[in-house]
Amino acid sequence: MLYLQLFLSFVKIGVLSFGGGYAVLPLIQEEIVRNQHWLTASEYIDVLTISQMTPGPIAINAASFVGTKMAGIPGSIVATAGCVTPSAIIISFLAWFYFKYRNQGLLQGIMSGLRPAVVALIAVAGYSLIITALWGSQAELLLSNLDWQALAILAGSFVLLRAKLIKPIAAILLSGAAGVLIHFLGN
Amino acid sequence: MDVMTSWLHYRVGNYGLCYNLFMQQKTPTKHRGKDKNYLTLFTSTLMLSAFTFGGGYVIVPLMRKRFVEELGWITEQEMLDIICIAQSAPGPIAVNSSLLVGYRLRGFAGAMVTLLGTVLPPLVSITVIAYFYEIVRANQIAAAALYGMQAGIAAIIADVVLTMGSNIVKGRNWGDYLIMGGAFVAALIAGISVSYIILACGVIGAVRFLWQNRRREKELT
Repeated sequence: MLYLQLFLSFVKIGVLSFGGGYAVLPLIQEEIVRNQHWLTASEYIDVLTISQMTPGPIAINAASFVGTKMAGIPGSIVATAGCVTPSAIIISFLAWFYFKYRNQGLLQGIMSGLRPAVVALIAVAGYSLIITALWGSQAELLLSNLDWQALAILAGSFVLLRAKLIKPIAAILLSGAAGVLIHFLGN
Repeated sequence: MDVMTSWLHYRVGNYGLCYNLFMQQKTPTKHRGKDKNYLTLFTSTLMLSAFTFGGGYVIVPLMRKRFVEELGWITEQEMLDIICIAQSAPGPIAVNSSLLVGYRLRGFAGAMVTLLGTVLPPLVSITVIAYFYEIVRANQIAAAALYGMQAGIAAIIADVVLTMGSNIVKGRNWGDYLIMGGAFVAALIAGISVSYIILACGVIGAVRFLWQNRRREKELT
């Protein structure tokens, strides 16, 4: 039953993840964290972090991680299979159609409506990531319980990324090093 | 991309297939014209996937280099078509584009081979990491590093959103502004499920396309 649940949840994520890359964040968050409670908000961010440092798309990484956590290696395989099944079916159909007709104006039209929506949805997912990073799991968002050290790391990484001085993977590694440094300074 | 390539060269060094995959000029014609066999298809996508960190579009130029330049199995124009379809369909770009490459070369069976090659590296590495995650999480230093990384990834997402958002704003299309604002309000304030928002915006895009098409046809007649 759990296997079926894992498979179907990731099929759902696979079907709806238009736009590639970070577009899948809000979907995974809704299905895995909010609906199924398979990961906590904090564990979810850990998965994203690991995903930046390992090969492969975020969706597949999340599927393998959640699958392993819930049901070991078989779970990992089932969840990952669920994640790529929609792609395999839809792409096979599109490839057949495309190499036959070479026309997909309507598909481009659908994409033109999705692109701005996907940006907005990533923004909403990013908002809750920032809240979790700065306030942890605290219910009330007050200036007094804001994590200033996390804010400093976030702001520093953001400035370096915006100025294109570092790549995302370097930002992750630097932030990790800053976390360790703060840990030792605190002791 | 040059930074990435040289970094990969630094990482993988001089080891056989990886070398062929990532080095320019040195071994350009070795596989050229070779049979479009399943094994080369599998090892090519496996290696591409294993050395693509962070997902997203990074794999596209690497794939182009392998299949267009080195193997000569796919034409430049076909590769552009493949990227175009991969972007328009749901699912990760890396998975979609390798499915298409496989399908183009050896039909459905080829697509299954490239799918396996693309999925195996992340599947194996993440499964191993997930097994050790709890142990690593319990370690104080690792926990401190993950704590810092959580703030780092939040910064990355903020940067991505700002870049993508400003691209939409630069488009100067009021319809796009409305969709973006509407989706934001619907998800954050109204708490509407992401699935419904995606479906609704897809329908809006399709209707907009058909409407514009009709107007264009009227103008022509």
